[in-house]
Amino acid sequence: MASIRDNNKDESNRLLASVDWFTVLLYVVLVVYGAVSIYAASPISNSEVSMFDFSTNSGKQFVWIGCSFIIGFSLLLIDRRLYEAYAYPIYAIMIIILIATAFLSPNIKGSHSWLKFGVVSLQPAEFAKTATALALAKLFSTYGFQLRGWRTYIVPVGIILLPVLCIILESETGSALVYFSLIFVLYREGMNGFVLFALLCAISYFVLVLKFAGSLIMGIPLGTFIVLTCVMVVIVLMLLIYCRSLILGRNVALGYIACALIAWGLSYLGVNINGYVFFFTVIPLSLIYLLIGMFRDDLNKVLMTVIFATVSIIYMFSVTLAFNHMLKPYQQNRINIALGIEEDIKGKGYNVNQSKIAIGSGGLTGKGFLEGTQTKLNYVPEQHTDFIFCTIGEEQGFMGTSAVLLLFLTLILRVIAIGERQHTTFGRVYAYCVASILIFHLTINIGMVIGVVPVIGIPLPFFSYGGSSLWGFTILLFILLRIDAVRTEYGTW
Amino acid sequence: MRKDYNLEKRKYVIGGFIVVIVAIYLCKLFDLQILDDKYSEIAVNNVRSTIITHPSRGQIYDRNGKPIVYNEPAYDLMVVPRDVQEFDTTLMCEILHCTTDSLDSLWNNMSNPKKNKNYSATTPQPLVQNLDDKTRGNFEETLSHFPGFSISRRSIRRYYYKSAANILGNIREVNAEDIERDSDNYYMPGDYTGDMGVEKSYEKYLRGEKGKKIFVRDARGETSKDKQGNPIYYNDGKDNVKEIAGKDIQLSIDIDLQQKCEKILRERGEKGAIVAIEPETGEVLALATNPSYEPALLVGKDRGKNYSKLMSDGNKPLFDRSIMAAYPPGSTFKPSQGLIFLQEGITNVNTSYPCSRGYINKGLKVGCHGHGSPIAIESALATSCNSYFCWGLYHMLHNQKYENLDSAFTVWKNYMVSFGYGYKLNIDLPGESRGFIPNAKFYNEVIGEGKWGPNTIISISIGQGEIMATPLQIANLCTTIANRGYYITPHVVKHIRDVGIMKKYTEKHVPPINRAYYDHVVNGMRMAVTSGIGTCKRANLPGLDVCGKTGTVQNPSGRDHSVFMGFAPKDNPKIAICVYVEHGGFGAQTAVPYGSRVLEYYLTKKNGENVESDDSLKIDESSKNVDTQYHDTKWMQETPQVFDEAQQQIKAKSKSAESTAHNQPPSTPESGLPQNREQEKAILTRPTGYYPSRNGIYKG
Repeated sequence: MASIRDNNKDESNRLLASVDWFTVLLYVVLVVYGAVSIYAASPISNSEVSMFDFSTNSGKQFVWIGCSFIIGFSLLLIDRRLYEAYAYPIYAIMIIILIATAFLSPNIKGSHSWLKFGVVSLQPAEFAKTATALALAKLFSTYGFQLRGWRTYIVPVGIILLPVLCIILESETGSALVYFSLIFVLYREGMNGFVLFALLCAISYFVLVLKFAGSLIMGIPLGTFIVLTCVMVVIVLMLLIYCRSLILGRNVALGYIACALIAWGLSYLGVNINGYVFFFTVIPLSLIYLLIGMFRDDLNKVLMTVIFATVSIIYMFSVTLAFNHMLKPYQQNRINIALGIEEDIKGKGYNVNQSKIAIGSGGLTGKGFLEGTQTKLNYVPEQHTDFIFCTIGEEQGFMGTSAVLLLFLTLILRVIAIGERQHTTFGRVYAYCVASILIFHLTINIGMVIGVVPVIGIPLPFFSYGGSSLWGFTILLFILLRIDAVRTEYGTW
Repeated sequence: MRKDYNLEKRKYVIGGFIVVIVAIYLCKLFDLQILDDKYSEIAVNNVRSTIITHPSRGQIYDRNGKPIVYNEPAYDLMVVPRDVQEFDTTLMCEILHCTTDSLDSLWNNMSNPKKNKNYSATTPQPLVQNLDDKTRGNFEETLSHFPGFSISRRSIRRYYYKSAANILGNIREVNAEDIERDSDNYYMPGDYTGDMGVEKSYEKYLRGEKGKKIFVRDARGETSKDKQGNPIYYNDGKDNVKEIAGKDIQLSIDIDLQQKCEKILRERGEKGAIVAIEPETGEVLALATNPSYEPALLVGKDRGKNYSKLMSDGNKPLFDRSIMAAYPPGSTFKPSQGLIFLQEGITNVNTSYPCSRGYINKGLKVGCHGHGSPIAIESALATSCNSYFCWGLYHMLHNQKYENLDSAFTVWKNYMVSFGYGYKLNIDLPGESRGFIPNAKFYNEVIGEGKWGPNTIISISIGQGEIMATPLQIANLCTTIANRGYYITPHVVKHIRDVGIMKKYTEKHVPPINRAYYDHVVNGMRMAVTSGIGTCKRANLPGLDVCGKTGTVQNPSGRDHSVFMGFAPKDNPKIAICVYVEHGGFGAQTAVPYGSRVLEYYLTKKNGENVESDDSLKIDESSKNVDTQYHDTKWMQETPQVFDEAQQQIKAKSKSAESTAHNQPPSTPESGLPQNREQEKAILTRPTGYYPSRNGIYKG
C-alpha cells in the first residue's frame, strides 16, 4: 500500500512538474484580465461597487473563475487515458444534450441554447467543442486511420458536422460556425493543401466581388473585374508553381499581357471593349490552349488548373446571384456593413460603429481604468460579453489591445507547439483542435469588434462574461494540459 | 508511432495564418486608435450633452442714470418629446386657450427639424413661447398631468418709457441669415439679437457671453446621475463656463429732453425730427422722430404682428427721420457757405452784396424777401439773404484763383465734407443716411461737361437743389459753429460699463476754417434771434443767449419744410439743436418755436427749475411686473475709458482665429456699427421723395 501511495505521490509530483506552467500562466493572466475588463464595462452607476461584489458581472465572473480553477485542477487529476477511452461516449452524450437543449430550452433572444439548472444556466454548445475535439482526436488515433481518398473524409467530416447541425437547430449559427475551423486539423493531418487554397480564394473572391460591386469599369462591376483579373493571375501562378510548367505559364502570361495591352490601346483609340467580352474571350482561349498544351506536361495538374479557373468563375457569378436572391435582407445587411459597403450607424451597424468609436477613442494609452465613456455609458451593447474587447480598446488604448492580441497569439502558438511535441496522434490532433477553435474565436470576435468581419455573436475566449464560455474553454485547455503533462512519463508508460 | 515530417511543416501554415491575422488586426487597430482621431471626437460628442446658459442682457440708462430698458422674466412651455406620455389634450388646450388643431400645428412646428433646427427628442424644445402670467400659473398647477412638459424661464426686454424707440431699438430672434453672417459663432437658433437702434449697434456689449454646462449622457440620451441623483458634469465640470452678463450702457440721451422733443413733435402730428447735441462732447441729448412707436411693441409675443403693422404703416414709424431721412437743409446751410467764402477769401467780413428782392444775374433770379441792401455776412445770416450767398458761390466758382470750374467746385465740396456733410457721420446707430453733396463729376454726368456753371447750380448755396442732409448733419454743423471750429462725431452712448467709450467718439474733427471767422457767423446767428430784422426772433429767450438760423425749404410737393438750427448759450454753449418739420411752412413759423421750447426746457431744467415730468410718455410702473432689481449706477460716475474698437477687434479676431483656426471660414470684418446698406434697406424703405432730385433747382 505504502509503495502504491508513494507511487501515486510520485506521479502527482511528476505531473505537477510536467504541466505546461507557461500555458497555465497565460490562462490565468487572460481570465483575470477578462474579469477586470468586465468590471470596467459595468455601467457608471455601479462605479462605487466593489469589483468582487457578487451583484456585479465582474463579481460573478470571479466566482466563475474560481470554479474554473477547481475544474481545471480536477481535470489535471484525471488519468489521461480516460479522455481517450471515453472520447466517443462523451461525444455521444454531448450530441444528445445538444438535441435535448434545442427542444427543452426556453427562447432567449431568439436562440434555444440554454439549459437551466436552478440558478445556473449553461450553454451546452460551449462544451460540445471539447467533446468534438476529443472524438476527432480519438478517430485520428485509431490504428491505421489516415486521410487518403475521399471515403476517409466521411467520418471526420461527419463528426464535425453533427454538432453543427444540432447547434443550428438551437438557432446559434455563430457557435456552429466555430466547427468549420477544424478544417485546420484535417489539413494538418494530411488533407490536400489545395482545399485550403481554394477556400482562401473562395473567401477573397466573395469579399472582392461584393465589396466592389458598386462601381463600373469597362462596363462591368469593378468587383467582377478584379476577381476575373485574380483568376488570370492564379492561372499563371498555378502553372508556374503547382504544375511547374515554365513554358505554359510564360506563354499564358505573355498572352494575357498582350491582350490587356491591345484592349488598353484600343480604348485610347476610342474603341471601348466590354469587360465581359474581353475576359470571356481571353480566359476561355487560354484554357483551350492549356487543354491542347497539357499533353506535353503533367496532365492532371494542368487539368486541375483549368477546372479551378472554370469553377472560380462560376463561383463568382453564383456569389452575386446568391447574395442578391438567396440571402435574407438582414443577412445582406450584416455582410454589407462588415464589408464597409453600407454605413447604417443607427440601425444594424450601430453595435459595430459604437464599438469602433470606443476602440478608436482609446488612442495609444487609453482613457484609463474605469474612465471609458463609451462602455460605461452603455453605448456599446453586449460590452461585457461579445464586445468586451472594446472596453480594453477604450480604457487601455493600443497598448491594451495589442497586449491582448499578443497574449492570444502566444497562447495559440504555444498550443501548436504543444501539439507538435506530442508523441501520440491523439494528443496532437486534440491540440490542433484547441488551436483551431481559439484561432476562429479570436479572428471572428476581434474582427467583428473592429469592424472587419460580419457580426457573429461568439465570445472572446477567457475574456467574455459568462460561466459556460469560460468553463468550456477551461475544460478544452486543461484537458490538453493533462494530455501534454504525460509526455515525460511516456518512456515508462 | 509514425511521424510525418512533411505534414509537420504544416504547423507553419497554421501558425502563420494566425500570425498574419494578428498582424492585420494590429495594423487595423493602429489605424483606428492612433492614426484616425475622428473616433475620439465622436466619443466625446457621444457623451457630452451641452446646455447653454444665457447671460442677462445689459440694461440701458439715460445720461443721468435713469433706467430706460431692463429685463423681465418670460416663460416658455418646453417639452421633451421622448418623455411625453399620453395626456389630456382638451385640458391642455383649455389652459393654452387654443384648439386641438392649433396645438397639433404647434407640435408639428416644434418637431419639424426644418423649422426647429435644434430639434432633439431628448432635450427640452420650446412649444409655446412667452406665456402670460395666468397661463403660466394654470400650467404650473397642472404640470403633473403632463409628463415631459416643463416651464422654462427666459428674460425679455421691458421699457420704462414709451419713447426713444428709434434710439433703443429692440430685440428679436435670430434668423438663418444672422447665424450665417455671425463671424464669432455666437448665435444659435432661438437666440435673441438686437434689431435696430443701440440694441443692434452695441449688440456685442449688451449680449454678454454665454456660459455652458456640459453633462454626461448615456446611450439613451439621458443625463447620468450620481448616487445622490445629482447630474454628473463632463470632465468633473472643468469644461463648464459661467455666463457673463451683458454690459450695461449709459446713453448720452437725456430721457426727459427726449420725451419733451417727442411730445412737441407729436402735438400737431407733424412728420419731422429734433436732434439735440451737447456741442463740447458730441453727445446726442435727444434724437426725436415723428411718427414713432412704443418700443415695447417690438418685444415679446406680439413682435411679429406689431412689426408687420409698423412696416406697412404709410407714415413709416420705423423710419428714423433724425438720422435716416435726407432733406434739403435750406437756409441752415448758409452759415457753412459764409465760412467757406471767408476762408477762401472770396469775401471778407465787410464784403457786401446787393439784394434787390433776390439774386439777379444773367437773367436768372433767385428770390429773396425785403431787407436792406447791400448787405454783409452778419446781416446776411440774420436776415437769411439768399442773394448774398448766391453771389458768394457765384464768385467762388467763377474765379481766377482756381484752375477751372471743376477744381473750384472740388474745393467747395471738400469744405462741405469736412463739415460732416455728404458722408455718414457714423453715429452709433444703424441705418444712418449719408445725405448728398454733389461733386463736379456728378454735374458732369447729369448735366454734361461744360454745360453747367455757377448759375446752373446756384441754389445749392442756399441749401436747396441737390443738397441733402440729415437733421443730424444739420445739428452737427450747428455744433461745429457752437464750438467755434470743431465737432466730435455725434453718438448716443456715453459709457459702456467696464468698457468705456469708443475712441472715435472722443476725437475732434476740425474743418479747415480759421477760428476767427466763426465769431462772425455766430454774431450773425445771434442777430437772427435778437435783431428786429432777424428770422428767429421767437427764439429770443431772455438770459439764454440763443443763436439760431432758420430754414425754409421750398418743396415741389406741398407746403415748405420748416427748419431751425440753433445753440445756446452763445458763449460756452450747452446744447445745439436742429428741428426739421416736414411741411411746417416758414422756418420761423414752426421750427423756431419748437426749437425755442426745446432749448428753454433743457437749459432751465438744468438749473433746477421748471422740471416737467411727462406722464403721458412714461409707462405706469405699478401695472407692470417690474423686476425689483437693484440699478447700480455708481459706475456711471467714473470717467469712461477710451478704447479703440478697431484694435480690440483685431485682438479678438486673432484670438478666435487661434482657437478655431481649422474650422472657421474666412469672414469679412464686421465693425460694431452696421455698415451694411442692404441690411438697412431690408428694414427701412426710404420715402421716395427724399432722394436727391433736380426738381425745383431754378425755383425761388
